[in-house]
Amino acid sequence: MAHDFAWIRPEPHGIHVVPADCWIDPSEPVDHALVTHGHADHARGGHGRTVATPETLAIMKLRYATSGGAVPAGYSETIRLPGGVDATFVPAGHVLGSAQILLEHAGERVVVTGDYKRCPDPTCPPFEVTPCDVFITEATFGLPVFCHPPIETEIGKLLDRLAAYPERCVLVGAYALGKAQRVIAELRRAGHDRPIYLHGALERMCRLYEDWGVDLGELRLVSDAKKEDMRGHIVVCPPSALNDRWSRRLPDPITAMASGWMRVRQRARQRNVELPLVISDHADWGELTRTVEEVDPHETWITHGREEALLRWHQLRQRRARALALVGYEDEDD
Amino acid sequence: MERFAALIDALVYTRSRNEKLQLIAGYLRATPDPDRGWALAALTGGLDFPAVKASTIRNLMHERVDPVLWTLSRDFVGDTAETASLLWPAGESPPDPPSVSETVEALAAMTRRSVFTELPALLDRLDASGRFALLKLATGAMRIGISARLAKIAFAQAFDVGVEEVEEYWHGLAPPYRALFAWAAERAPPPDTGSLPLFRPFMLAHPLDDTIVDLEDYVAEWKWDGIRVQLVHVGGEQGETRLYSRSGDDISGTFPEFLDALPMDAVLDGELLVRGVHQGGEKGGAASFNALQQRLGRKTVSKAMLADFPAFIRLYDVMILEDDDLRGLPWTQRRARLEALMPRLPADRFDLSPVVDAEHFDHLAEIRAGARDDAIEGLMLKRKDSPYIAGRKTGLWYKWKRDPLLVDCVLMYAQRGSGKRSSFYSDYTFGCWDGDPDAGADLLPVGKAYFGFTDEELRKIDRYVRTHTVNRFGPVRETDRSLVFEVAFDSVHASKRHKSGLAMRFPRIHRIRWDKPAHEADRIDALRALVRD
Repeated sequence: MAHDFAWIRPEPHGIHVVPADCWIDPSEPVDHALVTHGHADHARGGHGRTVATPETLAIMKLRYATSGGAVPAGYSETIRLPGGVDATFVPAGHVLGSAQILLEHAGERVVVTGDYKRCPDPTCPPFEVTPCDVFITEATFGLPVFCHPPIETEIGKLLDRLAAYPERCVLVGAYALGKAQRVIAELRRAGHDRPIYLHGALERMCRLYEDWGVDLGELRLVSDAKKEDMRGHIVVCPPSALNDRWSRRLPDPITAMASGWMRVRQRARQRNVELPLVISDHADWGELTRTVEEVDPHETWITHGREEALLRWHQLRQRRARALALVGYEDEDD
Repeated sequence: MERFAALIDALVYTRSRNEKLQLIAGYLRATPDPDRGWALAALTGGLDFPAVKASTIRNLMHERVDPVLWTLSRDFVGDTAETASLLWPAGESPPDPPSVSETVEALAAMTRRSVFTELPALLDRLDASGRFALLKLATGAMRIGISARLAKIAFAQAFDVGVEEVEEYWHGLAPPYRALFAWAAERAPPPDTGSLPLFRPFMLAHPLDDTIVDLEDYVAEWKWDGIRVQLVHVGGEQGETRLYSRSGDDISGTFPEFLDALPMDAVLDGELLVRGVHQGGEKGGAASFNALQQRLGRKTVSKAMLADFPAFIRLYDVMILEDDDLRGLPWTQRRARLEALMPRLPADRFDLSPVVDAEHFDHLAEIRAGARDDAIEGLMLKRKDSPYIAGRKTGLWYKWKRDPLLVDCVLMYAQRGSGKRSSFYSDYTFGCWDGDPDAGADLLPVGKAYFGFTDEELRKIDRYVRTHTVNRFGPVRETDRSLVFEVAFDSVHASKRHKSGLAMRFPRIHRIRWDKPAHEADRIDALRALVRD
């Protein structure tokens, strides 16, 4: 499809910055990659050279144990790429180290958001509105039914349930990178100072967050604890462990899950969740549409998620938009 | 409404049957009349507000949300009431929830015109959970994984009464069931139901599976492929007759030939069939289910219908005869009473389901395997000493269905499910080859199925559909025609409604043939050869 911004090309496996011959969040190994954040569907190993924020590089190093060709780019720092392209990493508010990438070439400005949210998160700096010509956005929660409530409400529900069942524990399923640490940080902010127990798969990422200055309070491993010790406590695990045999070692757990999908009852039921917590690291419908209005781009490109509805919203407001149909992005994880 | 909404939410998120029972019982004990009665009616599907339809909600939403965004949201969420409850614009004033009975009264008073102003006024008084509960209540279909039976068991547990008694009184009463609560909660005399033509709960059977029974203790009967019915007459010659379906729905209007067919007070259990040799039926006896389908679900019945598809009841059992409640007697004694009754019944409306004689179990298995009559669904095995007990009691009655027919089909389209499968591609349209696929023949759709697989398999198929999509039409995806399903079905009939000219009865996914190449799936000729119309 012909368009005005020929120097930036959405290909099935990522966004190609043609003059610099580099790729943003490519789903296959390339020589030169720019990576918005550390989630596995955006940050893959095996690239020749990877430009990302120092936090994202640290996360990638933890996950892939490769550090070859890592080029750190601090927030607001502009990096000159080949072919006369400037790249600036701008906070996206998604997870630790997450960035939007502003690309400038021949007087044109393109912002690739990666994933983002607009509500406050104690584990990362907030999203910054960056004016541009082309705004490339996600649409994970791109349906008007998605409206994430204030996180205080959801943390309150969690603490209420914990208090109501002092003989049990509440097992919270949360993604290992970002969600788990944010939930823990928010629990601390709400004054919850008891030890929080972790599934082993979360330990290293929590330590990494602490190394980068995010205080998570006292954390203990489930594998080191006795069943009795965990009564009346919160246990955090990756979503895949929620209904796993692993949870049998816990004292009569109440199953909770922290995800934007919990807004929809049947989604919670499908996961056998008893206590749905609507906590998301992605923009909800209101945030997505507000962000487009504030950025006010010449046109919007939509990478992944429920793009039909966001396209429709643009159409109703006579805004230009197109869906990119990239492959490899998980549109279900949150 | 807040407590009711909290109950509905808690039920949605509770897995354990016992906890669900406790939640409902706790609500029924703690809530005063008439709210609890209305809530019980909602849980048992006993409410109907003609002014509120799914289309009413859609129209209300179209006034507030762009129709395209509404449709996309509805497809994703998979439930109209929930979608509307989430999309309803937040009011400016704080919630001021009405009581359940106030809500029910308001809903009952609405007309097709006034609903468009009165329902929004109610919705504005509630939060999202309250709106969900209200819309579920208003449309009459809760679909939250609570059966009417479970709600009745919860009622029985709440007040420590027998669930059989609850079932017995249930059908003579109307919401909000004050007499039922008075009897159960306050030990008032039981509701008087003797003089009404009431539905009595059916005795049901378990699948036989791998059990082998001794024919010394069990008797075999054919399981007929019609619909199970109960015919009730009370009040003597001037009295009233009613015909009930298995779920207790009054279907007397659909089958007027029975209104004066039962000359004495009785409650009979049998299979409703239509007569005819057409469509593979036995000679002069029952036609296939396909023929019966011409008669089902009609509000008015033409003379031609009555003449072309005359209905009759093949009797299995007698529950009550004149003043005798026979349900406590063993099957053999009830059978003797039924056989003695037959000469008193009009022969064009009733016959007796014969006992199948077999010397031993293996012999019975041979008889079952040899049964080719389309009106036969399989065999029933009934313990000779079994009383007539409502529901399924292990060890008394078994059903032993005929082995299904099988055909290998190719997945063509997948559609998102609703309810607990919302967002999963769970409804499949599949086809057979219209000739030699290697010589360029195409697939023709032959059926649709949405069950027969486990939750784990559903997740796998869903993933498969997402990665093998070649086209999208709203909630439907066309796949690249590479996945083979072994489809099981009970029979196949000629049909003008389908492009393939064939319609399967009761198709379900039997196995997923991840291993089988699509071009090795069956051709349509193989399926056509199974038609026995």
